[in-house]
Amino acid sequence: MIERALTERTTNEQAATGIAIPGRKFPVGSKGHLASGWLGMLTLIATEATLFAYLLFSYFYLASHALGAWPPSGAPHLRIAVPGTLILIAGSVVMWWGERGIKRGKPGQLMIGLAAALVLGIAFLAMQGFEWSGEPFKLHTNVYSSLYFTITGFHMLHVIVGLLMLAVLLLWTAFGYFSADRHSAASIGVMYWHFVTIVWLAVFFTFYITPRLG
Amino acid sequence: MAVIETDRAPIIARATDDSPSSATLRQSWEGRPGVGGWLATVDHKEIGKRYVVTAFIFLIIGGLEALVMRAQLARPNQTLLTPEQYSQLFTMHGITMIFLYALPVLSGFSNYLWPLLLGSRDMAFPRLNALSYWVFLFAGIFLYSSFVVGKGPDDGWFNYVPYASLAYNPGPNIDVYALGMVLLGISTTVGSMNFIVTLAHTRAPGMSINRVPILVWGTLTASVGNLFAVPAVSLAFFMLWMDRQVGTHFFDSTAGGQPLLWQHLFWMFGHPWVYAIVLPAMGIVSDALPTFCRRPLVGYTAVALATVTTMVLGFGVWVHHMFASGLPILSLSFFGAASMVIVIPSAVAVFAWIATIWTGRPVFTAAFLYFAGFVLLFVIGGVSGFMTAAVPLDWQLTRTYFVVAHLHYVIIGINVFPVVGGVYYWFPKVTGRLMNEALGKWSFWVMFSGFNVAFFPMHILGLLGMPRRIYTYASGLGWGTTNLIVTIGAFVFATGILLFFINIFLSLKRGQPASANPWDAASLEWSTSSPPPAYNFAVIPIVASRYPLWEDRLDEGPERSSVGAGMLLDRGRETIGTTLLDAEPDVILKMPGDSYAPLLLALAMTAAFVALLLHSRWGFGIAAVVTVLTSIGWLWPERSLMQIETGHD
Ligand code: HEM
Repeated sequence: MIERALTERTTNEQAATGIAIPGRKFPVGSKGHLASGWLGMLTLIATEATLFAYLLFSYFYLASHALGAWPPSGAPHLRIAVPGTLILIAGSVVMWWGERGIKRGKPGQLMIGLAAALVLGIAFLAMQGFEWSGEPFKLHTNVYSSLYFTITGFHMLHVIVGLLMLAVLLLWTAFGYFSADRHSAASIGVMYWHFVTIVWLAVFFTFYITPRLG
Repeated sequence: MAVIETDRAPIIARATDDSPSSATLRQSWEGRPGVGGWLATVDHKEIGKRYVVTAFIFLIIGGLEALVMRAQLARPNQTLLTPEQYSQLFTMHGITMIFLYALPVLSGFSNYLWPLLLGSRDMAFPRLNALSYWVFLFAGIFLYSSFVVGKGPDDGWFNYVPYASLAYNPGPNIDVYALGMVLLGISTTVGSMNFIVTLAHTRAPGMSINRVPILVWGTLTASVGNLFAVPAVSLAFFMLWMDRQVGTHFFDSTAGGQPLLWQHLFWMFGHPWVYAIVLPAMGIVSDALPTFCRRPLVGYTAVALATVTTMVLGFGVWVHHMFASGLPILSLSFFGAASMVIVIPSAVAVFAWIATIWTGRPVFTAAFLYFAGFVLLFVIGGVSGFMTAAVPLDWQLTRTYFVVAHLHYVIIGINVFPVVGGVYYWFPKVTGRLMNEALGKWSFWVMFSGFNVAFFPMHILGLLGMPRRIYTYASGLGWGTTNLIVTIGAFVFATGILLFFINIFLSLKRGQPASANPWDAASLEWSTSSPPPAYNFAVIPIVASRYPLWEDRLDEGPERSSVGAGMLLDRGRETIGTTLLDAEPDVILKMPGDSYAPLLLALAMTAAFVALLLHSRWGFGIAAVVTVLTSIGWLWPERSLMQIETGHD
């Protein structure tokens, strides 16, 4: 450091004076919430959340213009959806716990969290797949079925992307990439995973709860 | 190499482009030479230039389409074009101008200028920036793929169902439009994310939020708007594609769907979008005009607030349609109602510009003429917009040429004129050469008069009842002469644009060499050489006011910005990260190097959309896998970027 500063001087460049930031140390590179990626993920979530808002808007718009009963085949049953919801929430909780681990310098805890969330996420997908195959209607049956498969499908796609992230993060943690000081990638991935859970709550509320309210 | 420290106090020094530290910087920031380097570059200046050039190519294509249309309409009963060809032409003209020219050209300006205006070394996400360009380019080509074989989109740029449904429009025309727009949406979205984070995180120390140039406000507002608006149109187009190709029923009234849902989603996007293609252009004027008036912009704060307010109102207009006016008007008075709402904030801006000219000492350069011309057109467009916004008049005029006249006054006036003026203004910074002033003034007067001859009489045609989107008309309706004048004007206007392009080519080769600050302007981009070095600034400047280069002259306070001395940050690609409001430094950001990943990812995503178009499951599967793998490779944490623990040993 000092050596360099000196070479700068000897090359005839005086250090400027009167600037308010002499000598303070700053973190270098991607650190926690100071990483640009963290802000980037916030903007991504904002735009994706808007996408789901427009999807749900379409649902309510078409529902409000429906001529017959809505949903045409009655409110969807809760046998699978409720446990599925709980599983997703559990996934977010273990992920939160795992991230807390790495903040305290425990990569093992992060790995357990990631692995557990991964298993729970896959379970959710399997249950959704099971629910899909048991529906009495197909994508092209009517506008309700179109909405149902498209919106839950969009969400499943996000779950799949989230699972890919978790899997890759698990690998990276196993490689020893993350520490208490450097783990932005993990925090960013975890934030996305929470987003996937929260969006599901909105989807769940729209499809499974609102028909029961009326 | 030594271990990189996890924390470091940046060296603060005085340096110029000739200092040894700058040689180091050059080495870290300059890309490799040759085709490989060209394809891999993430330099915002390079990407910005590509954006502008590509957008201008689309402007030329769209302009040629317009000229063909005008040739057809010059006289009654002509047969140059069939009705179907005319439909494809006006649709592609609209798509090209609105989506492939108007916003991308502004993204190009902002990409080039932002880091220079903000005193930074690159955008927050350089590779994402490259991705955004490549996807834009490929989406543009994609959108044109069916037009070149005579099956282009043909339902107007706002593509209403049911005409856009499979039953009425079975060819690939609409599918190409639908998928192309989803692809283009990806480019717009990642570009917007990049602008937002760049503003939030990479301004020079001291450039607090109330000191950023108005162009930055404009692009920021547009980007935030896009973030919330683009999903609506992407979704609408995707649902339309699903209706057409996978059998859903969103817009199909025979199965409980609603054609009006299309209009809602489209205009939820459309209103903010119109502001997205004008606000940054207004920002160009707000920043460049004062230079030629030799004084700061009058009412900086009011103009900045007006910019933001306009966008908020832009979203509000749709709500207003939704709850107050009932639906049919939604489809009719789009430009009109938008103009009504925009009036107050626009008036603020117009008064600010006029006051700036009035109280300044104008220097009549070519660029100044374009900006002053813009102010005039803005006022005319505003008045005709106000007229269309009045509902009874609207019913009378809405499907006529009055609307065509109005929208061209608004878009060409607020977008094309500032953009051309902006090119005259920043050309010396970008190329190191000045554009020819005499030819510049000629190009302005030809464009300006051609423009008015072409578009002003369209108002009259509208009042005479000539509908828009007709491919020909009978003689004896009294429209013939006016149409001929319009066509002549269109060709004159096009000649003006041609002169502008000729000027660019001549000046590139033979223009007078430009100094760092040929206009004696006030903002940071003029403190570095013309053209700027790959690393932008030899040291990161420190900003103490809105007009860092005019401080001595304005003498508004004792504080002075520091442009020759500041943080050196010469250990690889680095820039300083600062806080959102006050721009206090809080982190040394490591910037990624050149990479093929953006190009590869853009190609893979485009391939996925081509596969969807061709119904190729295999193709889609392969493209999806490549997309995922490329993304993982892209995001792989790098030790050199300090994303990984380096170990304290
Ligand atoms: C040489 C310059 C131009 C000429 C002569 C021209 C002429 C025309 C003509 C003849 C139409 C079709 C009217 C109809 O039949 O309904 C049209 C439509 C349109 N133009 Fe232009 N135009 C020019 C430049 C631009 C520019 C620069 C933009 C935007 C940046 C633009 C945006 C539009 C739009 C959005 C439409 C509506 C398309 C639709 O109906 O779907 N034009 N223009």
